Amino acid sequence: MREISALQVTEKIKELCLKANYDIGADVEKAVQQAMETEPSPAGRSVLCQLCENYKIAREERVAICQDTGMAVFFIDVGQEVHFIGGDFEEAVQEGVRKAYAEGYLRKSVVADPLFDRKNTGDNTPSILHIRLVPGDQVHILMTAKGFGSENMSAVKMLVPADGEQGVLDFIVETARKAGPNPCPPMVIGVGIGGTLEQAALLAKRMTARAIGSHHPDPRYAALEEKALCAVNRLGIGPAGIGGETTALAVNIASHPTHIAGMPVAINICCHAARHAEGIL
Amino acid sequence: MARYDLTLPLTDEMVNMLRAGDEVTLTGEIYTGRDAAHKRLIALLEKNEPLPIDLKGQTLYYVGPAPASPGHAVGSAGPTTSYRMDAYTPQLLKLGLKGMIGKGRRNEKVQAAMQEYGAVYFGAVGGAAALIARCIEKSEVVAYPDLGPEAIHRFTIRQFPVLVLMDAQGGNLYESGPALYKKEIL
Repeated sequence: MREISALQVTEKIKELCLKANYDIGADVEKAVQQAMETEPSPAGRSVLCQLCENYKIAREERVAICQDTGMAVFFIDVGQEVHFIGGDFEEAVQEGVRKAYAEGYLRKSVVADPLFDRKNTGDNTPSILHIRLVPGDQVHILMTAKGFGSENMSAVKMLVPADGEQGVLDFIVETARKAGPNPCPPMVIGVGIGGTLEQAALLAKRMTARAIGSHHPDPRYAALEEKALCAVNRLGIGPAGIGGETTALAVNIASHPTHIAGMPVAINICCHAARHAEGIL
Repeated sequence: MARYDLTLPLTDEMVNMLRAGDEVTLTGEIYTGRDAAHKRLIALLEKNEPLPIDLKGQTLYYVGPAPASPGHAVGSAGPTTSYRMDAYTPQLLKLGLKGMIGKGRRNEKVQAAMQEYGAVYFGAVGGAAALIARCIEKSEVVAYPDLGPEAIHRFTIRQFPVLVLMDAQGGNLYESGPALYKKEIL
């Protein structure tokens, strides 16, 4: 058994929340810089240029890349040889979020009740936790700061086996088309295919944080990612939605075994501020 | 497409002159407001009660800013997606609201009310929030402090860069811009 204290968890969570919100990943920044060279629209290039400048300011001044510092979503893989001491694990995570959002001047965007009161909790908690038990004695944490301009443009559809590859492609393109300028394009499109309703959605969320330029290990899915990306970039939406060829930076697909009767597909849209950070305890 | 440096408040002449796609900088005072503040404003209007701010001739920025760190007037402060305010906007345009700053499409009722009452919908670059904050020199909460980031703030802005997304004549950059680059999907 390896012991990890609640305090260590809180400190690591705080560090990851701040890093994600101040310091855009190299893959995202590189993808936006590359798009500046290929984007034919002058207004679109100007938008991309402003995004690069914004990433730089946020990193250097340690201020939020976007005012919507998101709901904090965590994918935490806990090694089964780990024993947490000195406090409740989930509370330690929430405390890390609380400290990061208060001390880091990040916006508090969470309301306690979704339908009736909608009162801001004031500390950006609770965050969303997806915890898995895995072999080993380490804890792997992936934090994503998920803004809701793009979250609101996401969709889930219960396709049937007969819909096939074309059905998936059409659903991705249609979801991007409907989203248009709303989710702050160029977007990162996370797609989960298979599993059950909630498993597909979970995979789609995870795929918003997969590195731009990486691909699904199965070449058939990798080809579908490329095909979907090309199709989305032919929609004309462009940077900020004002016209252009850079509508998405990536389409990242994950697949999962599913039932003989079904093919759930979830699409989680992320903005160009695709903020995530990873760490190990 | 033209470029203008405008000093607020917007006049009817300015509103009539601006066309979708124009690049504009705004200098002066604007109010902020988003989902929760809009809901409260409309609830007051429905009860025939006075609003905490006079919106006649004003410009409203759809934003919930991040908290200001030491040495800054405001934290990162980019636009939020505007369609969520669509249900409330025609009533505010009827009251004389002249400008809106946000991002994303508006519905037909908003477009019709913009043409009927004369108003402009500007776009700031979503996500360029730290860059945009540099154009905000002063920020004070003027209503609903209990709403936190959703409170109504008065911002003093200087050369705040925006694009005209929708004009008072029915022009819409979200239609004309993408139309130039749309290709058949193979």
